[in-house]
Amino acid sequence: MPAQDVCDLPGIVARWHRDPANLVQILREVQESCGTIPSDTLDQLAKLLDVPRVRIESTASFYAFFHAESHGAYEILFSDNIIDRMAGKEALKQYFCERLWLEPRKLSEDGLVYVDDTADIGLADQAPAMLVNGYAIPSLDKARLDLVAELIRARKPLAEWPPMLFEVPDNLCKPGPLTGEAFVPGAALKAALARGAEATLAEIDASNLRGRGGAGFKTATKWASCRKAEGEAHYVVCNADEGEPGTFKDRVLLASHADLVFEGMTVCARVIGARLGLLYLRGEYRNLLEKLKSVLARRREAGLLGQNILGEQGFDFDIEIHLGAGAYICGEESALIESLEGKPGKPRNRPPFPDRCGYRNQPTVVNNVETFACAAKIAERGGAWFAALGTPQSAGSKLISISGDCKRPGAYEYPFGVTVRQILIDCGAEDAHAVQVSGPSGTCISFREFDRRIAFEDLATAGAFMVFSRERDMFEVARNFTHFFAHESCGFCTPCRVGTSLLRNIMDKLAAGKGSAYDMNEMKHIMHVLRGTAHCGLGHTAANPVVQTMEKFPDAYEKRLKRLDFEPAFDLDGALQTARLITGRDDEWAHLADD
Amino acid sequence: MTKTFTLDGKVIPFEEGETIMEAAAAAGVYIPHLCHHPEFKPHGSCKLCTVNIGGRLGAACTNRAAEGMKVESETEALNADRRALTQMLFVEGNHICPSCEKSGNCQLQAVAYHLGMLTPHFTHFYPARDVDASHPDVLLERNRCILCELCVRASRDVDGKNVFGIGGRGIKARLIVNSASGRLADTDMSVTDRAAEVCPTGAIIRKRHGFTVPIGQRLYDHHDIAEVPVAGMERPKK
Repeated sequence: MPAQDVCDLPGIVARWHRDPANLVQILREVQESCGTIPSDTLDQLAKLLDVPRVRIESTASFYAFFHAESHGAYEILFSDNIIDRMAGKEALKQYFCERLWLEPRKLSEDGLVYVDDTADIGLADQAPAMLVNGYAIPSLDKARLDLVAELIRARKPLAEWPPMLFEVPDNLCKPGPLTGEAFVPGAALKAALARGAEATLAEIDASNLRGRGGAGFKTATKWASCRKAEGEAHYVVCNADEGEPGTFKDRVLLASHADLVFEGMTVCARVIGARLGLLYLRGEYRNLLEKLKSVLARRREAGLLGQNILGEQGFDFDIEIHLGAGAYICGEESALIESLEGKPGKPRNRPPFPDRCGYRNQPTVVNNVETFACAAKIAERGGAWFAALGTPQSAGSKLISISGDCKRPGAYEYPFGVTVRQILIDCGAEDAHAVQVSGPSGTCISFREFDRRIAFEDLATAGAFMVFSRERDMFEVARNFTHFFAHESCGFCTPCRVGTSLLRNIMDKLAAGKGSAYDMNEMKHIMHVLRGTAHCGLGHTAANPVVQTMEKFPDAYEKRLKRLDFEPAFDLDGALQTARLITGRDDEWAHLADD
Repeated sequence: MTKTFTLDGKVIPFEEGETIMEAAAAAGVYIPHLCHHPEFKPHGSCKLCTVNIGGRLGAACTNRAAEGMKVESETEALNADRRALTQMLFVEGNHICPSCEKSGNCQLQAVAYHLGMLTPHFTHFYPARDVDASHPDVLLERNRCILCELCVRASRDVDGKNVFGIGGRGIKARLIVNSASGRLADTDMSVTDRAAEVCPTGAIIRKRHGFTVPIGQRLYDHHDIAEVPVAGMERPKK
């Protein structure tokens, strides 16, 4: 929607209960209605919320989607995952900019439109994709961009754009117990109420369910610890900040199986004694917000949320949705809680863990979207049924988000234990050369390892499965990932704040043909420091893509090395450019000889 | 009976709830650090105090001591990591030790000496950072800021003023102040604030005091930082 000049700050603040803990939501609504968050708005918010301005500014300047300068009536952000790049994103972006006479990262002369990149937006199966004023448009090609350009030229409000532009199909290629079976809202809750809280927890325990966010912590242990923990209130938090590039399975669950997710949260509330649940939805999934709100409304009407749920006296629980604002780090559970509390998303010092001291310093269960969906199925069908699926250490099924060089990208649900090779056959990736499992922070495997299995015993995954064919340059894959981590580091700790940028710079140096073996060793050195000393998982894994591709695809690096010992990044001739401009000379003698 | 753990083989007593850093300091053992200060809530961001806790690495300032714990700190491997972290802090900002008025009283410089850092090693970023000289009594020199947030904590928790904060994220994170203009002069900062004292580098400087004690006669010119972990805090240990 075209930006408005005025924005009802008191109204927005009141809607969020004048609570500074809701600052990210308040800023998001300001940004959505005004188009920007200008400096004087920070002052007004500081007064309305009665907190220092510096706290508002810290939060406003942390998140990628907030900006103080105008981005015009239409802000276009192209998703910049490696998969988008492989699908021709760069050329399409250039085409789009030329059509509208634009330069990236520069507001158009008429103040109408602004174009930039953003990190992965959860549409790798429909790449390239972009966000327009926060709303995702998948499957870009010239025809679709022509249409978008036309709508912008005509200054059509976003609400009047053809809805088909924003349609995001599930691309569910292989259904399973979560995605393929009909679910009657309330079925899991009825079973849980009949069984009782303690027995429900026992079923979750018997199911051997492990968290689907990647770390694989046993869900029943987390719930039991939170249930036992003392506090003024208990909270259920659903982590739908699916920011790992290449992952989109939570998007599919939320788009088509939201009841299952919300019901899993409600079952958890029953077990731990929570009255409030929060769904932290990544800002990139703005398209889903209204739909999810309507599911919540329907569940309230059906007595599945609210007071005395399903007639059970004293069982009160409701769910709020909080939208993120462009920060991958908020997928880390303690950073997510900080963000829910209106602060920059910086991971906390742990222990204490959220199960004892989480949202508003109270006992909190934080689980992934898929984990709650599994919990609902377990409550409905029992722990034994679930435990019988998969492998001994990895019970149940796993949703995999497949993208890249394959004929049928999309969501696939497999029992744990499936081989990479089987997945590649199913998705039509005959000439696969490498697979990035679980995104940049996960594992890069080469064609020699395709018999490995998706399971906590072997290849643990949050769900991403990016396929690269023989033609792809694995160096460029790793370079894209180092840029991603440098951009997404929260900046809290020294090793990650500086180390991720150093890695990015060295990869760029290699890409510019100025690398040497020294630089390769240097990257290993930085990786060592990151692994040992970084504050959280982002820093620990940020060098993985580089180190793994160096090991598995050494050719991709060696062909880029200029020398084997050392080559400076400094460009002596380039440093003379200003002097050449000043003197107006650009002849042969004004340049240093190229060795 | 008092509880104990071992630090590099030495038995260290501790009270329940104490961090490894606190217990070590009480026992007179120095663990390199920059963002830690005994007066303030532990932060855990600089990571210089990373120690080996029973095979796992963790920050000594935020990890609590536990009975029977085996902690390693003075190992060549850990000091190499600490050196690398210190070098990262140097290349991230714009540090000018030889001409900096904090030279000799600067914890960053002193830690670098302690760790035997001879070069910055990494490629400099040379960031463009604002210097704020607007305040009559206090200079804000962001080129030397290492984002330890000690001023943030001191202003918030001791002065009750919230003069400072951290804006941005990642390598673009920066020290910001509590005013619409972004200028220190427009905040309620006073030179008598605790926040004006705690900076471990030359980022927050009291004006007109720079050279009252000449370089060469300053604290860390004569004592290793292991003897005086925090400038101005206590008498040097023998």
